[in-house]
Amino acid sequence: MSNKVEISEDLLTAPEVRFSEKIKKIQQEQGEEREYTVLNLGPSHPATHGIFQNVLLMDGERVMDGEATVGYIHRAFEKIAENRPFYQINTLTDRLNYCSSPINNMGWWMTVEKALGIEIPKRVQYMRVIVMELARIADHIICNSVLGVDTGALSGFLYVFQYREKIYEIFEEICGARLTTNMGRIGGFEREWSETAWKKLDLFLEEFPPAWTEFENLLNRNRIFMDRTVGAGGISAQRAMEYGFTGPNLRAAGIDYDVRVATPYSSYEDFDFKVPVGKTGDCYDRFRVRNAELWESLSIIRQALAKMPKEGGFHADVPEYYLPPKDEVYNNMEALIYHFKIVMGEVPVPVGEVYHAVEGGNGELGFYLITDGSRTPYRLHFRRPCFIYYQAYNEIIKGSLFSDALMTMASLNVIAGELDA
Amino acid sequence: MEQKIKTVQAPDGIEGPGFFATKLSEVVGLARANSLWPMPFATSCCGIEFMATMGSTYDLGRFGSERLSYSPRQADMLMVMGTISKKFAPVIRRIYEQMAEPKWVMAVGACASSGGIFDTYSVLQGIDKIIPVDIYVPGCPPRPEQILDGILKLQEIVKKEDIRRRGTEEYDKLLKSYNIK
Amino acid sequence: MALEAEQIKNRLETEFETSVSNFRFERDGMLTFDVEATKNLEVIRFLKEDAELRFNFLTDICGVHYPDFPEGERFAVVYHMHNWMDNVRILFKCFLNGKNPEINSIVPLFVGANWQERETYDFYGIIFKGHPQLKRILNMEEMTVFPMRKEYPMEDVGRTDKDDRFFGRIK
Repeated sequence: MSNKVEISEDLLTAPEVRFSEKIKKIQQEQGEEREYTVLNLGPSHPATHGIFQNVLLMDGERVMDGEATVGYIHRAFEKIAENRPFYQINTLTDRLNYCSSPINNMGWWMTVEKALGIEIPKRVQYMRVIVMELARIADHIICNSVLGVDTGALSGFLYVFQYREKIYEIFEEICGARLTTNMGRIGGFEREWSETAWKKLDLFLEEFPPAWTEFENLLNRNRIFMDRTVGAGGISAQRAMEYGFTGPNLRAAGIDYDVRVATPYSSYEDFDFKVPVGKTGDCYDRFRVRNAELWESLSIIRQALAKMPKEGGFHADVPEYYLPPKDEVYNNMEALIYHFKIVMGEVPVPVGEVYHAVEGGNGELGFYLITDGSRTPYRLHFRRPCFIYYQAYNEIIKGSLFSDALMTMASLNVIAGELDA
Repeated sequence: MEQKIKTVQAPDGIEGPGFFATKLSEVVGLARANSLWPMPFATSCCGIEFMATMGSTYDLGRFGSERLSYSPRQADMLMVMGTISKKFAPVIRRIYEQMAEPKWVMAVGACASSGGIFDTYSVLQGIDKIIPVDIYVPGCPPRPEQILDGILKLQEIVKKEDIRRRGTEEYDKLLKSYNIK
Repeated sequence: MALEAEQIKNRLETEFETSVSNFRFERDGMLTFDVEATKNLEVIRFLKEDAELRFNFLTDICGVHYPDFPEGERFAVVYHMHNWMDNVRILFKCFLNGKNPEINSIVPLFVGANWQERETYDFYGIIFKGHPQLKRILNMEEMTVFPMRKEYPMEDVGRTDKDDRFFGRIK
């Protein structure tokens, strides 16, 4: 597809109308009886993993053209964020990429700490790394097992989801919630991780690798799976870069850009891990890249546990932003004053702008925060990776079969919450 | 070896050699309640908890909801899980109208029940503004046990309903208040 | 050889003189500057294609509404760019006037800007001249107002079931 963009009034009309006109025109000009149809892959569809609508112009089983409509779950996060104090926005960030909420949470806290100028102790940074990598594992488990389900391999999904329950148990021990974790505070974590949490983490690291190897053996060299995914939904590296792809989709296309390596945050530079890269960017490459990343995440967690410093506590020493323990609030005047100020929002917030990016499950999740000294942000913008790379979907599936189009949608791992925000 | 497996209780009736007499409504209610085929309408985070409910640990299938139906025409129960925005409201309305009687609606999660934490211009504050809802399961997201509890309570409701509620005055009044023909 | 902020500043100033201004470092150490709105396409082309600057990746486009600023600077479009070879990030803002906020679209340079500009149009009403398909993306197409502007309320105005006493609004 050429880089030239034509400005035509046509693109503003509804896709159904546009495609029907196109079919009429083709049939008049060419006069042949081809099976052109307009198909509405509607917002409520089992295989679309979320509510996206695609109106497709089909020639039999082949997709000729398509247009996507998004926004069916637009919840106006950015507007809500302008009316909430910093510690309440954490619940919003959970619901962005809800398959891996801790990554979003930690990313938000790091943005706020950058804006406020707070230093975090090493131990807390390592704990954050462990939680973020667990969330990444959870996200990749969903994406890959659901990709298997779309080809018909339901057992893999059922087996592997048990381990997702184990990850949920670890999150529950740390913060109390399974899915939308609302984890952490400005400066660290809200409580020290219990003994059970550490034990469950060790147990998980022992039990999960054999189960994942079993899942990989099911699909990696499986003839049916490879026939369905190799060659489906490929994109070149150059085109992916122009579209703004990041994350596993970009790495499958061949470019090794990873925010953890480019702008390391939270002590990622202390860990030794590889960045897996694919070749053609098709569904099979994306599957293999996510598998490989999962192994790297397990290795990072093991390194973090081995190198975890003993001292450092579980939060930074910032009494102006971090709620003091309750027994001090009831007995100590200073702690009472800090508690009051934090809850009422009279904390010192410098005026300025910050941009911080983390490597989310799908790519570079960025937070652009403009503060104006009050307890709520002036403007908060989320750079959502799903929103940016989903634009390329219609171009990727042009000319492919319909079943390949559905495989591509599943392997791109588009999460509705992150797309519409 | 004695095994304690809970099975469905038979209704009260008069038994004899070769026959069992009971009320038709009880049998029909029993059959309907224990084979509710859901149409999972998963839009956001509650959908992931639903996937966990369908999984092996919490297993929705043992209550009769083994076969998920993605087509509304073949489903008994519409489970709305996740935030419904105003852009999406006409779609949900159409899906509800496409379902055949008898049908029940379950609103899973805070967003489907009442808008949840998203009190904004673009979010529909509860699906009961456009379709009648039978069971609300609160939570953000609700734990799988809560979703199962909601299904059990729905089974109680289903057991006690009329065999044919279309045409009854109460039901007609309800549908009229929603402008559903 | 790493690309220094001084170098970027000098190259831009020699090429564009007064159209780029106000070079500063924000709280996270990222080089930030302002660009005159009419020149945004040329500046981005220069940043992308120059052999020394090589900003090959457009990270983000967003809009900001400043109702307290003077009329000519009411809206801002913020561009984040990233140079992958030398690992440098920059940010620049183009201020637009409040009555007709218009700016050139950069879709010819970066295809990925398509939906991001549509989102900025949807939220703020900023017209991107030359955009192939400038219509609303996240909100309903029938909507007539631009919801992220500061004067538009967050909550739904048509609701009758909220008791204002519980929300801190005392009549």
